[in-house]
Amino acid sequence: MRKKLVIYLMAEPETPDLARAAVDGGADIIELGFPFSDPLADGPVIRRAGERALARGMRTAQCLDVLARTRELVGDDIPLIPMTYASLFEAYGWDRLTEAMHANGGTSMIVVDVPAGERADLRRVQLIAPTSTDERIALAGEQTDGWLYLVTVTGTTGARDDVSPELAGLVERARRLVNRPLYAGFGISTPDHARAAGSLADGIAVGSRAVLVAESGPAALRDYVASLRAALD
Amino acid sequence: MRDFGDYGGRYVPETLIPALDELDRAWQEALADDAFHAELHHLATTYVGRPSPLTLSERFAPGKKIYLKREDLNHTGAHKINNAVGQAVLAQRLGKRRIVAETGAGQHGVATATVCARFGLECVVYMGVEDMRRQKPNVERMRLLGAEVRGVDFGTQTLKEATSEAIRDWITNVETTHYLIGSCVGPAPYPELVAELQSVIGRESREQFLAAADALPEAVVACVGGGSNAIGMFRGFVDDVAVRLVGVEAAGAASLGSGRIGVLHGARSSILADDDGQVADAHSISAGLDYPGVGPEHAFLRDTGRAEYRTATDEEALQAFADLARTEGIIPALEPAHALARARDLDADLILVALSGRGDKDLAEVLDRLKTA
Repeated sequence: MRKKLVIYLMAEPETPDLARAAVDGGADIIELGFPFSDPLADGPVIRRAGERALARGMRTAQCLDVLARTRELVGDDIPLIPMTYASLFEAYGWDRLTEAMHANGGTSMIVVDVPAGERADLRRVQLIAPTSTDERIALAGEQTDGWLYLVTVTGTTGARDDVSPELAGLVERARRLVNRPLYAGFGISTPDHARAAGSLADGIAVGSRAVLVAESGPAALRDYVASLRAALD
Repeated sequence: MRDFGDYGGRYVPETLIPALDELDRAWQEALADDAFHAELHHLATTYVGRPSPLTLSERFAPGKKIYLKREDLNHTGAHKINNAVGQAVLAQRLGKRRIVAETGAGQHGVATATVCARFGLECVVYMGVEDMRRQKPNVERMRLLGAEVRGVDFGTQTLKEATSEAIRDWITNVETTHYLIGSCVGPAPYPELVAELQSVIGRESREQFLAAADALPEAVVACVGGGSNAIGMFRGFVDDVAVRLVGVEAAGAASLGSGRIGVLHGARSSILADDDGQVADAHSISAGLDYPGVGPEHAFLRDTGRAEYRTATDEEALQAFADLARTEGIIPALEPAHALARARDLDADLILVALSGRGDKDLAEVLDRLKTA
């Protein structure tokens, strides 16, 4: 089966065109970051991208607008997953923001600082990490919406030299405990990483490096995504 | 206890959840272990200098009897050491030999560096570069004590960003590292754990006050940034329903007075944020109060009406700082100077104030302000 390629982009005015380019390059799923002022799970690249987006006025309403415009550009078949932090939901209203995301073309969501077991009624893609116990992996698998996000490293988002040695063990445990597609993210940035992580998991997610490449425009992003796609296939 | 009404919780990435579970288990085991309490008591009496005295100030607020709980006389000069000692003992029970901490005014950083030196633990302290400028002597103290101080040069460059970076470090090194958080904030069980370790302030105060005044105070007043000295003090009196509990925030950092419900640093509480939940900048002359969040238990005490929260401006705090020095021969830290400012105009006569730290660290900042005033 074709390995899934997930690309993360920060919501900014240019993002719909960038998302389109990522899809043209072979992305299967787009994660759309709604910036938060204090992103605990993010390393410097995504933190800085968030600061820049906030400085450009990207608040929740503007992000929802970018989500809707992205949906128009990528068509109906590409999952578009808003990814953000709890504080935005708290301010907008948990139900109200969930409904607004869906109404604007969002597919599920990821809330990085609401771990499995909390707010069980909120349907979302759950994350597991190398530190997760078997019990928590099973819980996340039970509660997740669609696929399960495997955080490959004990750490924050951002490029690393090599694919985490912790990934293989995490995939092995998740396979045993969860019957869901497993996509690996955090620290995956090069075609070599894509190939290595893709040989273990059912898909990969690339964030920080995609955000950096996106600064050079849609053509550069399409070529970069295509290089990951080729490595995965 | 995990939550305080609708406040608290564990709003952190999955990576940390097992460590929080582990911490919670170790904490419960320690609480049930007489040896843990005996070790804390031994350290409190032989290292920290407890019990700290209660001083009656007779000239600061004529007509009132204001008793000062002298946490400024603790080793390292503030209440922060109570929590740092307790968590260092706990870290050793967890088998963690590396400690990370955040600091604003530098008092928690110094307390953490101190206990790490005492127990031979590796210590990394995150501090905003703006605070490193304001609190230079404390930076030098931490380094002298063997800690590595890492400057945080983005965002507000103060306590908020230092806390985020300390949590990111913990996420990355969670297998070897204990996060020694400095206030009653953060994901559960930290707010409860820190409050319990600081509750020694309230327990001692209640006993000392009864002995000195033959009555309970009409009001207990403490400054609130994250709120650890206040919660430690309040816990001694929360069941005495006739005793008013008064928390004093910096006017430019009034997370309780002008905040809204939000999520910051792992807990749901009252925070300074805009309509979209983006955390706002706080502003205070006092680095220790310059924080847009507050412990979830304070938000709960505010909502239930058990505690009342007021504010003091930079100017009022500076005036109280100078007045206490002149009238009582005590130089307070700028943080409790906020509590002193509200205590002296409170509609009560028999008052207990938590003097949470000494003001040596603030001299440069205060002299600068008094010169330009």
